[in-house]
Amino acid sequence: MKVTFPHMGNTYIVVKALLDSLDIDFVIPPPCSKRTLELGTKYAPELACLPLKINIGNFIESIEKGADTVVITGGCGPCRFGYFGEMHREILKELGYDVEVIVLELPNGDVKEFLNRVHKITGGKNVVSIVKAVINATKVSIEVDKLDKLCAQIRPREKTRGKTDWILKKFHHQIGKVKGAKEILRLIRSTASEIQKIETDAKVSPLKIGLVGEIYTLIEPFANFNIEQMLGNMGIEIDRSLTISNWIIEHMIKPALHLRKNRPYEKAALPYLKTMIGGHGQETIGNSVLYAKQGYDGIIQLYPLTCMPEIVAESILPTVSDELDIPILTLIVDELTGEAGYKTRIEAFIDMLERRKERKLNNSEHILFGN
Amino acid sequence: MPIRVGIPRALAYYEYFPMWETFFHELGIEVVLSAPTTKVILNNGVKSCVDEACLPIKIFHGHVLDLKDRVDYLFIPRLKSVARNEYICPKFCGLPEMIKYSIKENLPPIIDVEINLRKNPKNLFKSFLMIGKFFADNHSQIKNAYEKAMQSHYEYKKKLESGYFPDEILEHKTKWKVHDGDLCIAVIGHVYNIYDHYVNMDIIRKFREQNIKVLTPEHIDSEAIERKANSLPKKMFWTFGKRLIGSVLHIIEQEKVDGIIYIMSFGCGIDAFISELCKIKVKRAGNIPFYLMTLDEHSGDAGLNTRLEAFIDMIRWRKQNESDISAYG
Repeated sequence: MKVTFPHMGNTYIVVKALLDSLDIDFVIPPPCSKRTLELGTKYAPELACLPLKINIGNFIESIEKGADTVVITGGCGPCRFGYFGEMHREILKELGYDVEVIVLELPNGDVKEFLNRVHKITGGKNVVSIVKAVINATKVSIEVDKLDKLCAQIRPREKTRGKTDWILKKFHHQIGKVKGAKEILRLIRSTASEIQKIETDAKVSPLKIGLVGEIYTLIEPFANFNIEQMLGNMGIEIDRSLTISNWIIEHMIKPALHLRKNRPYEKAALPYLKTMIGGHGQETIGNSVLYAKQGYDGIIQLYPLTCMPEIVAESILPTVSDELDIPILTLIVDELTGEAGYKTRIEAFIDMLERRKERKLNNSEHILFGN
Repeated sequence: MPIRVGIPRALAYYEYFPMWETFFHELGIEVVLSAPTTKVILNNGVKSCVDEACLPIKIFHGHVLDLKDRVDYLFIPRLKSVARNEYICPKFCGLPEMIKYSIKENLPPIIDVEINLRKNPKNLFKSFLMIGKFFADNHSQIKNAYEKAMQSHYEYKKKLESGYFPDEILEHKTKWKVHDGDLCIAVIGHVYNIYDHYVNMDIIRKFREQNIKVLTPEHIDSEAIERKANSLPKKMFWTFGKRLIGSVLHIIEQEKVDGIIYIMSFGCGIDAFISELCKIKVKRAGNIPFYLMTLDEHSGDAGLNTRLEAFIDMIRWRKQNESDISAYG
C-alpha cells in the first residue's frame, strides 16, 4: 500500500511526520503546478471549487508516481468539503484508476467505522504508537505554523530582500531528506533560528494586513499566488487567520476528546452573523472584526469561486468595513485567475492603505474608504 | 387592518408555502406574496446582490425588493436544517444576513427565526412558537395554527406525489388535461429552478406542449427516494441534494423514462457535485440519455429551445431506431 494525500501548503510536512512515525509507505504529491491544475480542471466538475480541482490533480500526479491509496479527511456539511471524498472516489473511478479512497471522519458518530479505517491505513499498529504519532504530528504542525508566523514578521523588515524566502526554499528542499518527526522538528527549529538571525531594520513600521477567507486558498500558496510572500516582499506584515495547527487542534483533536473549544471569532462575529454557516464563513466575519479591533490597516478576503459560505461572508463584509472603518479587499480565485491582474489589484489596495495611513498620521479629515 | 407578512416567491416558497400560509392565516395575519419572477425582479436582484451568488439567491433579492414596501414584516426564516443530521445549502443559512446587509433601505423587520432540526426534529414547533410570538401571545392558538400548518404541508406533499405540479396547487392553475404522452422525461433540479417559469423559461410547459410527460423529484415517493439515497456509500447531508440524487437513482432502477434533464443554476455549489454524481451514475447504468442544463441570468429562450429540441429529437430517433444512438456524447 502506498498512501497519498492532497497538498495544502505546509500540511505535507505534518502528514510526512505522521506517516514516517507510523512507518507507512507514502508518496508526497509533486508541488502544485500548472499541470496539477490543468489535470484537475479537466476531470473535476466545472463548477466545483478550486480545492477539489487541485486535489484531483494532486492525486493523478501521485498515482503516476505509484500511489494506490488516497487518504483525506471528511466532515458532514454544510460545506462541500464533507463530500470531497465521495467525489474523489467517483471521479478517479470514472478515469479508470484503481485506487482506494479512505476518508478519515466520524460518519454519523460511528467511532467503530473510523477505527476500522485507521486500522486499514496503519496495518494494525497498536494504539499507543498511533497516539504517539498523532501527538508528534501535532507538535510538528504547531512548529511549522510558528515558522510561518516568524517569516511573516521578518520579511517586511529584512535588510536584504529575499533572504527569508531563500532560507525557506532551502528548508522545503531539505524536508524531503529527513525522516521522522524528531528530525523534522530539529530542522524546523534550526531553520527558525537561521531566520531569526536575518538582519532586520528596526525602524520600519510596516502596514499590517489580516488574511481571512476559505482555508485551502489561504494556506496553499499555489492557490493564492503565494500571497504571503508577495505581500511580505512589498514590505507588509501579514497575519493569516487560519492555520493548520489550529485546524487540527480545534476541529479534530478537541472534538474527539470532547474538550472545550477556543473560538474567539464566534463572539466577535455575533453582531453580524449569529450562527455558523459551514466552512469558514463565521471565522471570516469574526476574524475581520478582531483584526479591525487590533488596529490592522486592512483585510484581504480570499476564496475560491462558488465557495458557498464565503459568498455569504462577502455580502456581510462591506458592513463590517463601514462600521469598523477598515478597508477590506475580496479576492476570488479560480483556474482562470491571472497573476498580473491579481497582483495589480493587491498593489492598488496597498497604495490606498498607505495613503490612508499617511493621512491618518497627519490627522487629515479626508480618509479614503474601503474598496 | 390585519398585519401583513411578506413571503418572497422564491427559493423555499415552492417547498413550504402552503405550510407558512396556513400558519399565518390561522393567526389572522395577511400573507402577501411577491409577484412572479420577471425581468425587472431578476435585474433588481442582480444589482443588489453580491456578484458571486448563484442565480436563485439573486432572484430572491429581487423578490424581497418587490415586496419590502408593501408589507409590515418580511418572512425569511433561517433554514439551517430540515431533517436529522442533514443540512441545507450554507446560503440558505445566511440568507437573512445576506438580505439585511445587501438591501439596506427601508427594509421592514425580518422574521429570521432559525429552523434547525439537525439534532432534534422537535425543534420545529419551538421555531414556529417563536414565529408566532411576533403576533400572538396565546400558546394554544399558536399550537393550533402549527398543527393546521403541518396538516396542509402534508396534504401538499401528498398531492405533489400524486402527480400535480406545484404551480397547479400554489397558483390555482388548471391541471394539465392529459398527464401522459408518448415520451416521458424526468426534469431534475432544485424546486426553485424547475418550477420558476421565468428562470427556466417554462420548460415544463414546453415539454407538455410537445405531448411529453414530465416527471419531477416531487412526484416520486419520498420513502423510495430516501431508500435509494441511503444506498450511497456516504450519507448525502444536503436534504435537497439527497432528493435529487435519490430520484435519479430511483429513476435509473425503476421508472421508464426516455431521458433525464438536470437543471442547475450557475454557481450552485451543491448542484456542482450532485449533477456530476448523477451524470456518473446514469452513464454507468447505461441507456438513459442525460442532459445537464446550466441556467444563469444571461440564458436566452432561443438557445434553450434549440438545445431542448435537439435533445428531444435525439430521444425520438432513439425510439425509432431502437436505441442505435448513443445515450451520451
